Amino acid sequence: MSPAGTARSLACAAVIAGLAACAGSDETVLTLWAVGREGELVAQLTQEFEASHPGIRIDVQQLPWRGAHEKLLTSFVGEATPDLAQMGNTWIPEFAELGALAPLDRELAASPIVDQKDYFPGIWDTNVYKGHVYGVPWYVDTRILFYRRDLLARAGYDHPPRSWDEWLDMMRAIVKREGRDHYAALLPLNEFEQLLALGLQQDEPLLRDGGRRGNFRGAGFRHALSFYVGLFRDGLAPRVTNLQVANVYEEFARGWFAFYITGPWQIGEFKRRLPASLQGSWMTAPLPGPVGPGASSAGGASLVVFASSPHRQVAWQLIEFLSRPDVQRRFYTMSGNLPPRRTTWEGAPVADDVHAAAFKDQLERVKPTPKVPEWERIATELYVIGEQAAHGRLSLDAAAAELDARADRILEKRRWMLEREAAAR
Amino acid sequence: MNGSRAGWMFAAPALIVIAVFFFLPVLAALGLSLTDFDIYAVADSDNLRFVGARNYLRLFETPLFWKALGNTALFVVVGVPLSIATSLGTALLLHTGVTRMKGVFRTALFAPVVTTVVAVAVIWKYIFHTRYGLLNYALGLVGVHPVDWLGDPRWAMPAIVLFAVWKNFGYNMVIFLAALQNIPEDLYEAARVDGAGSVQQFRFVTLSALAPTLLLVSILTMAGYFQLFAEPYVMTQGGPLQSTTSVLYFMYEEGFKWWNLGSASAVAFVLFLLMFAVTMLQFFVARRWSQP
Repeated sequence: MSPAGTARSLACAAVIAGLAACAGSDETVLTLWAVGREGELVAQLTQEFEASHPGIRIDVQQLPWRGAHEKLLTSFVGEATPDLAQMGNTWIPEFAELGALAPLDRELAASPIVDQKDYFPGIWDTNVYKGHVYGVPWYVDTRILFYRRDLLARAGYDHPPRSWDEWLDMMRAIVKREGRDHYAALLPLNEFEQLLALGLQQDEPLLRDGGRRGNFRGAGFRHALSFYVGLFRDGLAPRVTNLQVANVYEEFARGWFAFYITGPWQIGEFKRRLPASLQGSWMTAPLPGPVGPGASSAGGASLVVFASSPHRQVAWQLIEFLSRPDVQRRFYTMSGNLPPRRTTWEGAPVADDVHAAAFKDQLERVKPTPKVPEWERIATELYVIGEQAAHGRLSLDAAAAELDARADRILEKRRWMLEREAAAR
Repeated sequence: MNGSRAGWMFAAPALIVIAVFFFLPVLAALGLSLTDFDIYAVADSDNLRFVGARNYLRLFETPLFWKALGNTALFVVVGVPLSIATSLGTALLLHTGVTRMKGVFRTALFAPVVTTVVAVAVIWKYIFHTRYGLLNYALGLVGVHPVDWLGDPRWAMPAIVLFAVWKNFGYNMVIFLAALQNIPEDLYEAARVDGAGSVQQFRFVTLSALAPTLLLVSILTMAGYFQLFAEPYVMTQGGPLQSTTSVLYFMYEEGFKWWNLGSASAVAFVLFLLMFAVTMLQFFVARRWSQP
C-alpha cells in the first residue's frame, strides 16, 4: 500500500470511529441503470435514500429509451450488468429466460413494504415468469381513450362509450355531424399498441400452445382485427401514421378527430399544448370492450435486480424505498408517471387529477402481453400487417394468416427448445 | 528460391495482418451465418444449431431486407455520382479558379470529413428542421412550401444523401486535387495549339488524365456508400416508415436489437458479395473504357 493510501485508510478509520460514512472501501456502491427522463429524476430520490442509509452510495446511470434494450442485453452478454435496473416490463420474460435476473420471491415474502395485493393485478403479473417474481412495478403505462366531450355532446351523447357497439354508434354520429374531412378516432398506423389493446380484450390468448404458435387466426383476434380495419374502411379513422400528422394537439383542438387512443404521458402534454379554451372540453375514459368495459395492455417499467449482483440485499432495500407510497407520490409529482399501487392513488396528488382517474379504472382491467422472449418482435409485425390491412392491401383472412406465419417463424426456435426439453424429460 | 523466400518474409507482416483482421473475420462470419446463433445460444451454447443456408433463404423472403436493399441502392446510385461530381467540381475550382487563399478554402472544404458524424448530424438536424430549419427558410425565400425533410418518407432519403455528400466530398476532392496537379501543363498547351476550346481541353486532357483516379475514387466511394449506417442511425433511426433503413442498418437491428447474430452475419455476407460484384464490374468497365 502506498503511503498516501495508508494515510487515507487511517483517516477513514478515524472518521468511521467518530462519524458514519467515509469515501473508502467500506462504502457499498450500488449501480442503478435508469432509462429516459426517469434516469434524471430518480437521482433526487436516491439522494434521500443515501441520507437515510449511511455507507451506501447509489451510482445512477442514465440510458436513453432508444437503445436501452440493446444496452441491457449487451451488458448481460458482456458480463457487465448493473446491480439493478429500470426495465420495460415486457422485457422481463426475455431477461428471466436468459437467467440474467434474480428471483425476488424470498425478499418479497419477508417485506413489510412491498405488498403484492396492493398492486394492480395485471401489472403485477407482468413481473411473474414461470412462477417466480423477477421485478417490482415502478410505474405503469396503458392505453385508454382521450376524447372531446364537446364533440360527443354535439353528437348527442353525455358519456364516453362503454362497449364497441356504443362506440361505433358515437363515431358514426360524430362523422355525420362534423361532416367531410373530419374523422371520429385517431389510431396511428405506425403504432401497434391500439391493435394490441383490442386483441388483448378478447378471451382468447394471442399465442397458443403455450406460446409456441401465433393465434391470430383465432376467432378472438380476428374479431379485433375486423373491428380495427372497419374503422378505417368506414371512414371513422384516417389512414395516417403519427409522422403524417404534423401536430396531433392542433388537430385534436381543430376537431379533426374526437377519440385518440394513447397513453398517460399525454395528460401532461394535453394540458400544456391544447389551447386554454379547450381545457374544459377534453377528458379521458377507459377503453370500451367488445361487450362492456374492455381490457387494455399492462405496460410500464419495473425495478429488477440482476443475478450477478453481489449486493442483492441492498438493492432490495432501494426497491422497497422506491415502492413506498409516499415516495411514489413524490415521484408522480416530479414525473407524472402513474403509480402501480392502489394505496398511492388514494389521496393527493394522484387522486386530485381528474384526467388520471380513468387510468385507475383501466388499470384494474389490464392484461399482460404473451410472456415469451420473442414477443417484442411479434408486436412489431402486428403494426406492419395491421397497417397493410387498414389500407385494404390485405384481406382479413390474409392478414391473420400472414401474422400467424410470421409469428410461427419467429417462434420456431422456441418450439425446438421446448420439444428438446420435453424429450429430455 | 532464396529471393522468393526473402520476398515472402518482407510481405509476411502485412499478410499476417490481412489474414487475422480480414480473412479470419470473413470466414467466422460465413460460419456464423450458417448457424442460428441468437440470444438463447448466448445463454447456453447447447441452443446453437447448424442451419445451412436457411438464414439466406429466409432473408430473401423478408420484405424489409428487400426494402433495405432498395434504399441502399438508391443511396448509392444517387449519392456516388453526386459526391464524385461535387468533389471534381470543387477540385477544379480550387485548382484553376481560386488563386488567393487556396489553403483556407481547401481546409474549409475538407473540414466536414474530419468532424464526427454525430456532432454534425445534430447541426444538420437543425438545418433540416421543418419549421426553424435553414434549408426550409432558404426554400421559403423562393416560394417553396416547407418540406418535412426527416419526417416524410419521400424526403428522408434525399436528405440523408445531401448530408452524406456534404460530409464526404472533401476526401475525394483532395485526391482529385493531387491528380490535377500532376497533369503536365504541356498537354494543355499542345491542345490549345491544336485549337481545342476549354470544354474540349477538359474532355480530352483533364478527364483522360484523371481516368485512373476516377476509377479509384469511384470504387472507394461506392464501397463507402454501400455501407450506409451512421447517417440514418443518428438522424432517422431507419424511419420514417423504414424509408432510410439501409442494409447495414437492417443488419445492425437484426444483430444487436434482436440478437440474431446468425442471420445478421448472413446479411453482412450478402452485402460483401454484392459489393465485390459491383467492384468487379467497375474494373471490367474501366478496362474496356481504357482500351481503344
